[in-house]
Amino acid sequence: MALSPLAPVRTSGDFFAFSLDILRNLFKRPFQGAEFIQQAWFIASVTILPTALVSIPFGAVLALQVGNLTKQIGAQSFTGAVAVLGIVREASPIVTALLIAGAGGSAICADLGSRKIRDEIDAMEVLGVSPLQRLVVPRVLATMLVAFFLNGLVAVVGVIGGYFFNVILQGGTPGAYLASFTALAQLPDLYVGQLKAVIFGLIAALVASYKGLNAGGGPKGVGDAVNQSVVISFMLLFLTNFIITAIYFQVVPQKGG
Amino acid sequence: MGVEIQVNNLTKRFGSQTIWEDVSLTLPAGEISVMLGPSGTGKSVFLKCLIGLLKPNNGSIIIDGKDIVTIKERELYEVRKLFGVLFQDGALFGSQNLYDNIAFPLREHTKKKESEIKRIVLEKMEMTGLAGAEKKLPGEISGGMRKRAGLARALVLDPEILLFDEPDSGLDPVRTAYLNQLIVDLNAEIKATFLIVTHDIATARSVPDNIGLLYRRHLAMFGPREMLLSSNEPVVRQFLNGQRQGPIGMAEEKDAGELAAEAATGEELGKLPPIPEQLPTSDGRLRETQRKPGSWLIEHGVVPPAGSFAGLGVEGLPEAQPGQPTGWTGDEPPTRGASSHGSGSAPARPLRSRIDGAEEPKEPAPVEADGADDRTAVLPRAPRKRAARTTDGGGVDVLEDEAPAARPAAKSTAARRRGSS
Repeated sequence: MALSPLAPVRTSGDFFAFSLDILRNLFKRPFQGAEFIQQAWFIASVTILPTALVSIPFGAVLALQVGNLTKQIGAQSFTGAVAVLGIVREASPIVTALLIAGAGGSAICADLGSRKIRDEIDAMEVLGVSPLQRLVVPRVLATMLVAFFLNGLVAVVGVIGGYFFNVILQGGTPGAYLASFTALAQLPDLYVGQLKAVIFGLIAALVASYKGLNAGGGPKGVGDAVNQSVVISFMLLFLTNFIITAIYFQVVPQKGG
Repeated sequence: MGVEIQVNNLTKRFGSQTIWEDVSLTLPAGEISVMLGPSGTGKSVFLKCLIGLLKPNNGSIIIDGKDIVTIKERELYEVRKLFGVLFQDGALFGSQNLYDNIAFPLREHTKKKESEIKRIVLEKMEMTGLAGAEKKLPGEISGGMRKRAGLARALVLDPEILLFDEPDSGLDPVRTAYLNQLIVDLNAEIKATFLIVTHDIATARSVPDNIGLLYRRHLAMFGPREMLLSSNEPVVRQFLNGQRQGPIGMAEEKDAGELAAEAATGEELGKLPPIPEQLPTSDGRLRETQRKPGSWLIEHGVVPPAGSFAGLGVEGLPEAQPGQPTGWTGDEPPTRGASSHGSGSAPARPLRSRIDGAEEPKEPAPVEADGADDRTAVLPRAPRKRAARTTDGGGVDVLEDEAPAARPAAKSTAARRRGSS
């Protein structure tokens, strides 16, 4: 098909229609419980380890960067406050976004894409079963669920990593690190972080499924679809992160502000 | 009994590229039809339109009184339950073993008990020669087995319409012959409407009741097998006989220069090859929709190519007069009902006008009358030697080397094949 200036608009519209279809299929019975559990387990298994491994250095880098600075101005007891604020508010949603889109989304896209080019999706439709309800809905829900828990995981592991570097390597005091936790951060930070993660999971799974189901042109087409799905979901996730953060700062009053 | 599919003025475009336009035909209920065409003429696209996977840009497809181009998605899912489709590579679900694959439609659409499902699945696996391979994953078996498993899955809901997307692609000639035999036997058994999309000429010449040919973005011709096999229309003739001489070129179509150069070499098209016997069922019974050999030729007074139906003892075939070419040329339309299965549409190109002249019936063609009496008639056939050994499998024995369990079915089929050759 010839490229027209309207192509991106058409694709966006298509994607939006696809998302609405998924929403409608969300309430269709019977719910595919087995597929949901299987997918949740699968996505968790491909994301948990990389997430933990990424979040340790994230917390450590934060501690290292801030640690030296706060030492010079004599505010070393605030290192813990900075680490918690940075990790819970920004680092954990970002890390979750990267892993959900990069590991979970690409796996979903590759799976659906290869089914598409093997005619499995067509066969399913011809057998009178909607692939959206049967395959996509469980994947979207599973990704959202896993994203929710991943965000918690990143927060915990990141804070532990920061503590380790600050206390063991930089000679900070454990008491000061822990005591300053709530100096800047507050509970709504965590809530909004979890909310972000769930929304990221939704977007990443939708983009991956859409790209996978529209793959074409043989094995290369699947590779292209995975590539595009990761790039598009990264961009969408970072944009969404920015928007949610901006709204959050307007709506929820900040400490020390 | 199968369901008739009526296609009217169907047009499909991808963007600005026209795949085919103005395709009109009727797939008669319970008959086997073949859709032929050079590579890349949109045969598979046509099939996907029939199932409603692709929306045509124009026209209608009437199945069971419903136009599946315009009906709502929910109704479409209902209509699709009439269909069984065999995709090119079987399209099995890679994560499930063969048993679960074949049981899938039953589990989704029926409330049958697991024991009942097991009975049906094993029966269909037996029928397609897959007994014993229940636990295998689609990735572990050969292409031929995948196709048969796909066929078994298409059969479990007792479809009224069976569509085959290139059943013979990627199979060797022996397996293709087995599969063709299976198709004919199945048609006798379940009496559904069959449509086979292929570019294998051997299949097209021997299996179907009707042949259609897609070429140059339109339907060149659709009609009874004997009509196309005795046709002298250049495209039909070239394709059905696999010749280089004719309007179809390597890339797509030859231009006038190439055709002139070809004519200048003086290469003759040669005689039309004889029309072979239609593949009979393996147990010799007649399919309900099977016509007597030569009936179309006799009815329309068309002289068949020399040697047609050799050894079948067909009587009453028109005799060739000296100087009169065999086959029908399209310039002299058969007396009636040549397009009783409907393929006429407005001539779009010079190529077509010749055919169209022939296809427009001069008088309203009595569709039912044509062939109704033939179908009940007993098929005259050559005396056959039935193989004495039917179960010991001394000759060609296994369909697929990886499936020793497929032996019993394969053996008996092999024996039948020996008997009919």
